[in-house]
Amino acid sequence: MKVLVTVKEVAEVEDDFEIADLDVDPRYLEYDLNEWDEYAVEAAVRLAEASDEDVEVVSATIGPERSEETVRMALAKGVDRAVRIWDDDVEAAEFLDVASKVRLLEAVVAEEDPDIVLTGVQANDTGFGATGVALADAVGFEWGAVVNHLDTEGVLEDGVAHVHRELEGGIDEITEIDLPAVLTIQTGINEPRYASLRGIRQAQSKEIARKTLSDLGLDHSAVAGELFLTDMYEPEAESDATYFDGDAGEQAAQLATALREKGVGAE
Amino acid sequence: MTSDVLAVAEHRRGDVRDVSYELVTAGRELAEETGGDLHVAVISGQVEEFATRVNREGVDVVHTVDHGEEFNHDVYVQAVCALADELDPQYVLTPNSVNGLDYAPAVANRLALPLVTDAVGIEYDGGLTVTREMYGSKVETTVEVDAERTVVTVRPGEWMVTEADGDAEVTPFEFEVDESAVNSTVTGFEEVAGGDVDIADAEVLVSVGRGIEEEENIELVERLADALGATLSSSRPIVDNGWLPKNRQVGQSGKVVTPEVYIAIGISGAVQHVAGMKGSETIVAINNDSNAPIFDIADYGVVGDLFDVVPALTEEFE
Ligand SMILES: Cc1cc2nc3c(=O)[nH]c(=O)nc-3n(C[C@H](O)[C@H](O)[C@H](O)COP(=O)(O)OP(=O)(O)OC[C@H]3O[C@@H](n4cnc5c(N)ncnc54)[C@H](O)[C@@H]3O)c2cc1C
Repeated sequence: MKVLVTVKEVAEVEDDFEIADLDVDPRYLEYDLNEWDEYAVEAAVRLAEASDEDVEVVSATIGPERSEETVRMALAKGVDRAVRIWDDDVEAAEFLDVASKVRLLEAVVAEEDPDIVLTGVQANDTGFGATGVALADAVGFEWGAVVNHLDTEGVLEDGVAHVHRELEGGIDEITEIDLPAVLTIQTGINEPRYASLRGIRQAQSKEIARKTLSDLGLDHSAVAGELFLTDMYEPEAESDATYFDGDAGEQAAQLATALREKGVGAE
Repeated sequence: MTSDVLAVAEHRRGDVRDVSYELVTAGRELAEETGGDLHVAVISGQVEEFATRVNREGVDVVHTVDHGEEFNHDVYVQAVCALADELDPQYVLTPNSVNGLDYAPAVANRLALPLVTDAVGIEYDGGLTVTREMYGSKVETTVEVDAERTVVTVRPGEWMVTEADGDAEVTPFEFEVDESAVNSTVTGFEEVAGGDVDIADAEVLVSVGRGIEEEENIELVERLADALGATLSSSRPIVDNGWLPKNRQVGQSGKVVTPEVYIAIGISGAVQHVAGMKGSETIVAINNDSNAPIFDIADYGVVGDLFDVVPALTEEFE
């Protein structure tokens, strides 16, 4: 049996930054494993651990060579092997929209034939929040979006996932989803483990298979999307806040005065 | 293809959700530009009653699909795709809600249409341009769609609610749900944020975010809350980490709070957090990033290190 988990390396923007050529200047970007994927990886490994049968956990990444560092983190936490899709055409793509990503991941699903696919709810850079569900429909799987509770016991054996979907307002929807399925995993669903030293060592010898579009039976048209980023800018500061300056003590004193005026701290 | 807009309403447990009325506004504005009609789909639940409610100014036709009580994404995908086949609209709008994101991507895939999610602005001048945020609201982008038709999910809270009554025609949309393709079953709901404290009752909230870094530092803000006679709340990562219980979480998936004073400490101001506290009377933000979006909605701002400012503020009140 097999669990496929998507892993994205995302860019995070430093506090102060500049925009150059339709993106944040790379000097102000740091790269990290997508927060949501960290929970998806943990859920994938737990599904495998909860099963009596032999379960392989494979990760899929669309990303440049740099992202292998991030992929290694997933391998160190229990993913067995990784697939990384990249080539010149993907690199040259102007904007990888949801449909493009789905075409690439669909080919991986066809090749790997997993029983269940886990993705993060969203990636915290682009924040489309749509790849998992679109992928499910493309490959003919069932799905559940924003899953914040997954009973890992027996999922693979019984072919049914008992999940909670986290709706707005502190309400969970309790849902049964037939496998094969894609679940998009919400933060807080589990407590992601730290990679052990042994895990980190083992990860060095695990396979990261690089796939080009042609390896996947695709060509450049797979990444020719219909969405184009035409502008990026810092939103106009709408703030009409009163700022308190000075050192921390001075700031605190001024804020305390303002708070007292609002009746805070009055006995 | 027509130049019409199809907007899909949202309801839960017998109530039409506000985002549906915002969607009517977004849909009407777009339909005015395309020169088409605005169709609203009401799927499952008390469809007659819901249809009356979403029948607001600017809606031309309400289509009802009477099938089941609650949201089921398999039914929604089938119904929206069937309606899109029938009406051939130029644009399909859905809420960018948890349920919206559970069917809109599948609808776009099945209809082979491009999808733009989480729109905060929509413009049309022969083609579609969508404004959306990136990098946790630090930047705004415009996305142009090079296609005649598109599915767009609309961020809740960005468009005004349309209040005025409409005179749309309400018609049942007859189509056969393929039950063999319904492979998910909603069995119930659970309220998850119960417990001893209700942060929604508090007059003053001291709210802590990821800037606090470590569990043992929570004590710092607890002391401040005590000194102020305030209640402690938090952003999501604090609850995800198990540092505070779920009933302390403010935001989209936590509690909506409207205290007299809300003090956000080390909280960036992500949209899902702001959804839960923007109605607070007075908002104070303490953050060392002067660009943090939380300052956009703050009344008082302290740009500084919380590990210096919070103890100093506590001292002022102890
Ligand atoms: C479906 C869905 C539902 C969600 N529901 C919720 C919800 O209900 N509630 C919620 O809060 N979030 C929710 N989120 C998550 C949300 O998107 C953000 O990830 C989250 O709100 C970020 O929390 P934060 O501001 O504490 O952390 P961050 O965004 O990491 O911000 C930390 C802030 O602390 C500041 N900081 C760091 N160090 C210091 C220091 N020493 N002194 C001062 N400031 C410092 C940083 O500048 C930064 O601004 C949801 C997300 C999704 C996808």
